[in-house]
Amino acid sequence: MPIKATAPVAGRPMLRDPPWVRWSLIGLALGFLGLFVVLPLVTVFAQALHSGFGPYFDALAEPDALSAIRLTLLVAAIAVPVNLVFGVSAAWAISKFEFRGKSLLITLIDLPFSVSPVIAGMVYVLLFGLHGWFGPWLRAHDLQVVFALPGLVLATMFVTFPFVARELIPLMQEQGVEEEEAAVSLGARGWQIFWRVTLPNIRWGLLYGILLCNARAMGEFGAVSVVSGHIRGLTNTMPLHVEILYNEYNFVGAFAVASLLALLALVTLVAKSVVEWRWGDSLAGTRH
Amino acid sequence: MVTGGWRRTLARLVLALVVGLGWAAGAKAAETTLLNVSYDPTRELYVAINKAFAAKWQAATGDTVRINQSHGGSGKQARAVIDGLEADVVTLALAYDIDAIAESGLIAANWQQRLPNNSTPFTSTVVFLVRKDNPRHIHDWGDLVQPGIQVITPNPKTSGGARWNYLAAWGYALTANHGDEAAARDFVTRLYGNVPVLDSGARGATITFAQRGIGDVLLAWENDAFLARQALGPDLEIIYPSVSILAEPPVAVVDRVVDHHNTRKVAEAYLNFLYTPEAQTIAAENFHRPRLPEVAAKYKDRFPALKLFTIDEVFGGWSVAQKKHFADGGVFDQIFRPHP
Repeated sequence: MPIKATAPVAGRPMLRDPPWVRWSLIGLALGFLGLFVVLPLVTVFAQALHSGFGPYFDALAEPDALSAIRLTLLVAAIAVPVNLVFGVSAAWAISKFEFRGKSLLITLIDLPFSVSPVIAGMVYVLLFGLHGWFGPWLRAHDLQVVFALPGLVLATMFVTFPFVARELIPLMQEQGVEEEEAAVSLGARGWQIFWRVTLPNIRWGLLYGILLCNARAMGEFGAVSVVSGHIRGLTNTMPLHVEILYNEYNFVGAFAVASLLALLALVTLVAKSVVEWRWGDSLAGTRH
Repeated sequence: MVTGGWRRTLARLVLALVVGLGWAAGAKAAETTLLNVSYDPTRELYVAINKAFAAKWQAATGDTVRINQSHGGSGKQARAVIDGLEADVVTLALAYDIDAIAESGLIAANWQQRLPNNSTPFTSTVVFLVRKDNPRHIHDWGDLVQPGIQVITPNPKTSGGARWNYLAAWGYALTANHGDEAAARDFVTRLYGNVPVLDSGARGATITFAQRGIGDVLLAWENDAFLARQALGPDLEIIYPSVSILAEPPVAVVDRVVDHHNTRKVAEAYLNFLYTPEAQTIAAENFHRPRLPEVAAKYKDRFPALKLFTIDEVFGGWSVAQKKHFADGGVFDQIFRPHP
């Protein structure tokens, strides 16, 4: 049921709290937000623009920075669609079917949330590195996984795969299978049901999941750091490039790239808010 | 209506993705490339050397060569090469890290005899970086163990530079105490008792000291100390102790990789180039001590003469020093207690 703002009801004890309690709580929340979210964000932009717009754009147009931006977009452009397909399939299987090992599957989907990203990166080195399980075979066939694009994509996928599935599972479980069953009884077939019934029902949750997944895919540091090899202009993603520039005493460059990353995150957030604001009613109808 | 809205949104999302993918995939160039996997404080040095070598190689052969760079803690970089990072050449902080790569079969065991001067084209040493006007009056190693002095140095377990720092301190204490091992151990124990934080790499430690303002003195590579002063302003001063270690960061061609990439010729030419007057001058300009006597003579004002001992003289070489001091359960593990 849609959530509506409740009008103040007289006689409810919590609303008779003295004003100072209310204001100090609001002040505390805002102060906390300001200190831990807004201030660092402002610092990033202030440092980036420290020497003016000229050096700022020079830093972003520098070949290694451009290649880091490209690589980050490329990795996200592969990892996010794959996780989209995986997430929808997993959520579908979990919410629409009964099978043994279902709770195990749900636990496994949550694994990347609880495992440190560094471990995720190490696992891929142990699997695909020169002395890893598949290392000799890969080398014999002249394939490079770790310290190259495939490794970066794999590590990013591992870290981001719960986002879509986690967003969809509760939503689809709540909705149940009645509508799909009705569609079947009216003669609809598999893909028809998916496109006409299921997808419209989950679309907001899905979009939300994609946005979160994308934000994390572009911002991931730990896992990609392990499998990157840190080759400038080739295997450095934006977060890694920020670290390198900072270590080279190039603070304007480091914060310029960091500000671009922050900007991408802000765009994601704005996109999410626009979605909520514009289609808020239908969102409230399908999201819980 | 609402239904049309979300379909359009989805279509736009897909379009943006495809466009982004196209742009991202269009970034490829066709030329011979080498990968030089190096340690932390050599970024600026190899940017300059790579440019000079590429020009020279093109003039000599007509071919273009691009040298890619990867930098990080020396031990970590060696580990990455062992795990399959396809370095054509490695230029690391200390011989032990290249020995580790050789042990995994990627480099011939006799690598250090293949180039002059133990395969170390330039050298460096360990110096002190202090705050402007040296407010804590730090002039020599003995001043580092005074109570209340905070010493910044990275972790010898992960950083090559940190191992040189540690061995320099140990070597000083041996000299000062006429070769008394127990006294050296006591001195180094007290020194690390004054270390509030161990960064994982030399650059990280420099940033901790210079940018974040932690500590009274930084033990640093000479070249990194110069660079930090150049980049971060005149609030820092370099102090030369009475005696220090001759740090010899070696270079090697990674045999398995160059044979696989068919790049042996250019990789060997690249390393040989490091010994030419041109590259030695670039090294000196980037604050590395040149080996070539005529270049060294030209830059003798830049690099003050101080008493330098080698690791072979005092410790009997890297493999002995590594095993005794830095292996798990070694002397460093015994003397260093992290602050609670």
